[in-house]
Amino acid sequence: MINKEAVYSTLTSTGLTHEQKLMGLAKHAENSLDVLKISDKMQYYFDNGSINDLFEGGAPYRPRYIMPDYDKFIKNGSEFLQITPPKDFDELIFALMTIYRHVPSITNFPVYLGNLDYMIDPFIEDLSDEEVIKKLKLFFNYLDRTITDSFCHANIGPKETRAGYLILEAESQLQNAVPNFTIKYDKDITSNKFAKKAIETSLICSNPAICNHKANLKPYGDGYGISSCYNILPVAGGAYTLTRITLTKLAEIADSVDNFMDDLLPEVIELIGDYMSQRINFLVEKSGFFQSSFLVKEGLIYRDRFVGMFGVTGVAEAVNTLLKDKNLVYGTDKEADDLAIKILDRVEMLVNKLDAPYSEVNDGKFILHAQVGLDTDIGVTSGVRIPVGSEPENFLDHLRHSARYHKYFPSGVGDIFPIASHVDQNKDALLDVVKGAFEAGVHYMSFYSADTDLVRITGYLVKRSEMEKFRNDEVVLQNTTHLGTPNYEVNHLEERKVRMAD
Amino acid sequence: MEEVGTNNLIYVNKIIPVSTVDGPGARTAIFVQGCNLKCAYCHNPETINVCIHCGVCVKKCPVEALSILNKQVIWDEKKCVSCDTCINVCPHLSSPKVKLYSPETLLEDIEDNFPFIRGITISGGEATLYPEFITKLSSLVKNKGKTVLIDANGKIDFSLYPKMIENIDGVMLDIKAWDEEVYENLTENKRDIDICKNIKFLLEKNKLYELRLVCESEWVDVLNTLKSLKECIPDDYKNISLKLITYRNHSSKLRMKDTPTTSVEQMKFYEKYAKDLGYKNIIVR
Repeated sequence: MINKEAVYSTLTSTGLTHEQKLMGLAKHAENSLDVLKISDKMQYYFDNGSINDLFEGGAPYRPRYIMPDYDKFIKNGSEFLQITPPKDFDELIFALMTIYRHVPSITNFPVYLGNLDYMIDPFIEDLSDEEVIKKLKLFFNYLDRTITDSFCHANIGPKETRAGYLILEAESQLQNAVPNFTIKYDKDITSNKFAKKAIETSLICSNPAICNHKANLKPYGDGYGISSCYNILPVAGGAYTLTRITLTKLAEIADSVDNFMDDLLPEVIELIGDYMSQRINFLVEKSGFFQSSFLVKEGLIYRDRFVGMFGVTGVAEAVNTLLKDKNLVYGTDKEADDLAIKILDRVEMLVNKLDAPYSEVNDGKFILHAQVGLDTDIGVTSGVRIPVGSEPENFLDHLRHSARYHKYFPSGVGDIFPIASHVDQNKDALLDVVKGAFEAGVHYMSFYSADTDLVRITGYLVKRSEMEKFRNDEVVLQNTTHLGTPNYEVNHLEERKVRMAD
Repeated sequence: MEEVGTNNLIYVNKIIPVSTVDGPGARTAIFVQGCNLKCAYCHNPETINVCIHCGVCVKKCPVEALSILNKQVIWDEKKCVSCDTCINVCPHLSSPKVKLYSPETLLEDIEDNFPFIRGITISGGEATLYPEFITKLSSLVKNKGKTVLIDANGKIDFSLYPKMIENIDGVMLDIKAWDEEVYENLTENKRDIDICKNIKFLLEKNKLYELRLVCESEWVDVLNTLKSLKECIPDDYKNISLKLITYRNHSSKLRMKDTPTTSVEQMKFYEKYAKDLGYKNIIVR
């Protein structure tokens, strides 16, 4: 049944742009179909909030995250788009602007823009730095103003290139929320100079985040990319779907730790496996996507390089709820942290028992992901993060804590740290800490300067100034401002502990 | 309770696991208790003296984290809420919140930080009051592949402690003031050391990491210091780093508590003056 009231409210909204309305209306139409079998048991856990499909919609007709092989596109052009292989920088930018417009995803925008520095570097030999930066800024502004959703990601590194430096320079002059950038960092490959330029840029404009290249090579080798909110996925593939288990909600209905571990976890994880399998099957067999998309036909993506992401979130509050009689707190008390490890060991074991259809690239299994959250999450802290307000006093204790939990999530996990603004005077210090963190086992981290306009919400960036407009009921360009504003307020993100203040 | 100075034990006021302002890169900063000067602008005056166990703070602690046992003030770290009442009421510029360390136990406490830092900086108080401790700690830390810098006020003659100088990687030397009267007024101590000789000794040993000068026009003879200092730096070392530190009034408690923060314009003037004198490597903070 179509929800006419919701359709009407979307259609007549004064807070949405035309494009946002179109996407909202399409979602209402999709949700009027009943192609997935939701059992009563499943529905119970959906209603209780333990299972959440992150608004993926009732009938999947495109994969959640698509990671095109842009190198191949640059080499071959595209017959469908009638684009010949670019010969110079202008042609390259034109070609990319064109193809990005045709890469769908759950957000209807491209969530992955490629390893931009490597893509650009061969085309700028004959141009001066000033010429390249001017063109890059136009290109980036085009992306920022047309991809009106911050779940969009470009990668750089791990090797330094001239293009890498110029991208960082252009980005620091713009302070755009889109795209997100991540630098793949490996101390044995990435030069200190390039890493410091990246850190300097992140303290100016909250980009790039830093990804532990060595650790993230594990699941799919060199062919990985970072998309959306810290999703580590195979390039020339992506993720069909992402459903999460919200451990916080499941803990609320548990009688005891044993009931949680032995009864609830196995039941819900199996139900999620069934639900995601149904989604994948419909998408692959019925939706027509893989049969018709030019991305598939031209070899820019391969069906067998897609995975199903099994999301996990709210570990902190789940543990705190299970141990509330003992008054133990995740991130502070060893017993709480140890219980979290036991829970994640169990989750990992149970998820690995499930068979995931059409998931050759991950050996027929779902792949674990620390899901960062939704605007509707209240009292549910992202993934395995420590809630704002409970962070350890010592930054290094916080990082060691992260390192203990990151290893469970090959398809993405990360922490966000506001950094004292004076650290821009000693970028070596932050690089030293990054090296130590990665050595300790941290997979991914991002920074922003404590007094910058651009703040990271759960993984995406939003401007404080735009949130102010949104609070005053003004129309704002990026829909992530809609998501970020309540999250920033409810989760008291302004109170995140500022690091390296000493 | 063991005595400071015997068995190579010293009191440590504070350890900052990752400091970004005590030398290059990320460093663990160790603040020792006790100083041989009493600078009017001191920003951590509670490190100046070692506790004399007078007990004034014990009665004022709002959470009973302090007690007296065998005529010694004992601090219970677990009960402490870090309100700093004890420091504020202390009549002796000291703190009961100190820990006694040997080089070995200190290493144990900071070793977990090593993957995240490139070295340690021993500050204070005054690090050079404890040359034997520093000599030993430095060799332990350097064995683990980390560097050791010390913050020093230059009140001791470095040439008397060759082993310490050999073991550390460098000194960040604070030049308080040049003129004897200005120095004495600022530090409440006599300028009885040959600053030039000290600097030359460190330069020759390749152990002078940087020169520092806190800049304030009423209390410090900034221009005179810059000029005299320049004259004693041999030409071979003209690239030595000079850090001009802005006097900031946030946490002063001593005689300069009413002295306003040095302005950005004034710091620019000092920077230009230093540049004109021929300093090559000037950092303003």
